[in-house]
Amino acid sequence: MNTNLLVWIILAPLLGAILNAGFYFYHIKKEKVSELTFSLIGTGTPLISFLITLTLFLRMNEEGIIFKQELFTWLDIDKLHIGMSLLGDNLSIFMSMFVTFVGWLIHIYAIGYMRGDNGFGKFFAYFNLFLASMLILVLADNPIILFIGWEGVGVCSYLLIKFYYGKAENVIAANKAFIVNRVGDFGFILGIVTLFFALGEVDLSFSSIEANIGNASSELLVLSGVLLFIGAMGKSAQIPLYVWLPDAMAGPTPISALIHAATMVTAGVYMVARFHFLYSGIEEIGLLIAYIGAFSALLAAIIATRQTDIKKILAYSTMSQLGYMFIAVGLGFYSTGLFHVFTHAFFKAMLFMGAGGVILAVHHRQNIFDIAKHRAITPIIKFTFLIGVIAISGVPFFSGFFSKDAILAAAFQEGEYLIWAMAIFTAFLTAFYMFRLYFIVFVAPTKHEVKYEYTSRTITIPLLLLAVGAVAAGYLNLPTILGGEHLVDTWLIQLKSNTIHMSHLTEWILMILSVVVAGSGIFVAYKKYANFDIYHPEEETGLIGNKFYIDDIYNTLFVQSTKKVSTFIDKVIDEKIIDGFIMSSSNTFVNIGKKVSMTQNANVRFYAAFMLVGMTCIFIYLYITLGL
Amino acid sequence: MISLTSYAFVAMMLFSIGAIGVIARRNIFVIYMSIEMMLNGINLFLVTFARYHFNMDPQVITIMVIAIAAAEAAIFLSVIILLYRSRKSLDTDIFNTLKQGEKS
Repeated sequence: MNTNLLVWIILAPLLGAILNAGFYFYHIKKEKVSELTFSLIGTGTPLISFLITLTLFLRMNEEGIIFKQELFTWLDIDKLHIGMSLLGDNLSIFMSMFVTFVGWLIHIYAIGYMRGDNGFGKFFAYFNLFLASMLILVLADNPIILFIGWEGVGVCSYLLIKFYYGKAENVIAANKAFIVNRVGDFGFILGIVTLFFALGEVDLSFSSIEANIGNASSELLVLSGVLLFIGAMGKSAQIPLYVWLPDAMAGPTPISALIHAATMVTAGVYMVARFHFLYSGIEEIGLLIAYIGAFSALLAAIIATRQTDIKKILAYSTMSQLGYMFIAVGLGFYSTGLFHVFTHAFFKAMLFMGAGGVILAVHHRQNIFDIAKHRAITPIIKFTFLIGVIAISGVPFFSGFFSKDAILAAAFQEGEYLIWAMAIFTAFLTAFYMFRLYFIVFVAPTKHEVKYEYTSRTITIPLLLLAVGAVAAGYLNLPTILGGEHLVDTWLIQLKSNTIHMSHLTEWILMILSVVVAGSGIFVAYKKYANFDIYHPEEETGLIGNKFYIDDIYNTLFVQSTKKVSTFIDKVIDEKIIDGFIMSSSNTFVNIGKKVSMTQNANVRFYAAFMLVGMTCIFIYLYITLGL
Repeated sequence: MISLTSYAFVAMMLFSIGAIGVIARRNIFVIYMSIEMMLNGINLFLVTFARYHFNMDPQVITIMVIAIAAAEAAIFLSVIILLYRSRKSLDTDIFNTLKQGEKS
């Protein structure tokens, strides 16, 4: 009976989006609707989703059942049967638990952040739609429904990034995000098609794919694995399709928090975990994924050390953390990767929300040195931001430490020492650049410091709640040597993940090593930036400051060349050749028509002469043929 | 005895003069008269060959043609009067409203 609740997890935010959109239209056309209405709808519906998910989770925990719901048959063509069906198994309920919870907190935060904005209602409509799309993605029972959610989050991110569409750069950033994602989506849909044919055209639900995966030829499976991962690269911002993520910072901060923490970017990791039966069969592709993750993590961390925009630093740190997740899922440690997704959702949402609070306090400045010059005293934000920074840096007893350490141990255990080395170097850089950010924004001495009076509860309460999560989330999956019970790993047992089984000594050594690495990163940052002279700020120069010129290379290689080809096709092939051919042939007909129409000149005498000539011809013909 | 050829020649001359009149002249009355001339050329043919072959059928056709031509004259003349009233002219080149393309 509770099974029917599954669809309401999705419908609640969707309904919220529709209601908010309706009220917003009423708001701009007829009379004003108060912000309270929008906020109540906008935050109430994610809460409903969260509560339903919680109910289902508790039931599942007690009875050990899996929820399935087929709403209706969507497509039924020959052997292709696609039902609009939802699946609530351990993985999807796990995902939707923190997606709805963190999403809900970000919605509450957005009330305070967006207060007084003209597009308040529109913002919440988009926001709810975003959450609904993400939940469709998570709860889908077959790849086609998953793809609907996949595209839905793409569209919503596009709408939200260009929320302030008055500025050209925001629109460009939104287009960039959308187009880069299209490249990935193209790979994803080709992957689904390949999988469909590889499996011999069976019903496409995840369970039947898993059951039939043994019959498929391995070449096609490798192909579809790669293509599906291209989709994940686009959504989860991995090399080479990561360029949209830093630019996506053009949107308001709650959007960044939602995209980076709970929705959208984690979709790629979730998808790989969802196809765990596919990827565990093709280990070479898994290794490729792990290497791409490691390189992405390293590259993003290196770039982040020289960035000066507070949100871009956080964006690169997201990309870096996603790299960790891909290392884990690539090596077959699905539950470890998802555990990092889970902890990351808390501390990254908190970091972005803290950054948003700081940006509000200093009147929309985003350069960290500018922020420091106009520092506002915001104790709660400072405190929660510090917790977030500690958590992401991998300081012991905070959530990021446990999840990241598990990934490092996994890479070491699999014997991929190169990946391990890159990951541990990235951990050092992460600690370094996150504390650089913290020290400059909150600690470095400044001549100007004001008390900030704006203390909206809707901003601080979610921050504090997330701070609790950022500390406590790690304890759900404590490693055995610290007396943990691997709750998350046990819950996600269906993924048949690899587990860490190394000698306790090695595990201790690895753990101490990563603590030392994180500590040294923090120490270097402290030495360099705790007393940094913010009046002589660092510039984004040099190879790293210019992000290895990769944006410029992409621009020349893809954008400009496409433009040139388009111009060539437009000006030469279309205008000269095709238009020339079409127009000349049509002109010929027009000219012939004009000539012929001269006979229709309404001159009676001409008609008579014409008739006479015709009749004469007929008579001559008859004379010849009849031989008279 | 006038030969058959002479009769045929006269009939052909009548017909040709009529045809040229229809094509070359612009006055609508002259065109009408030319048409009548063509009809009479045909009549002369028919009568000539009727005598030559001792067959009465062409004579009947000739009487028919004359009768129809008389009826036609009544209609034709009234049409000419209406045309004259509308355009105050008998020049056929003015009556070109069916012309293709631009309106005259």
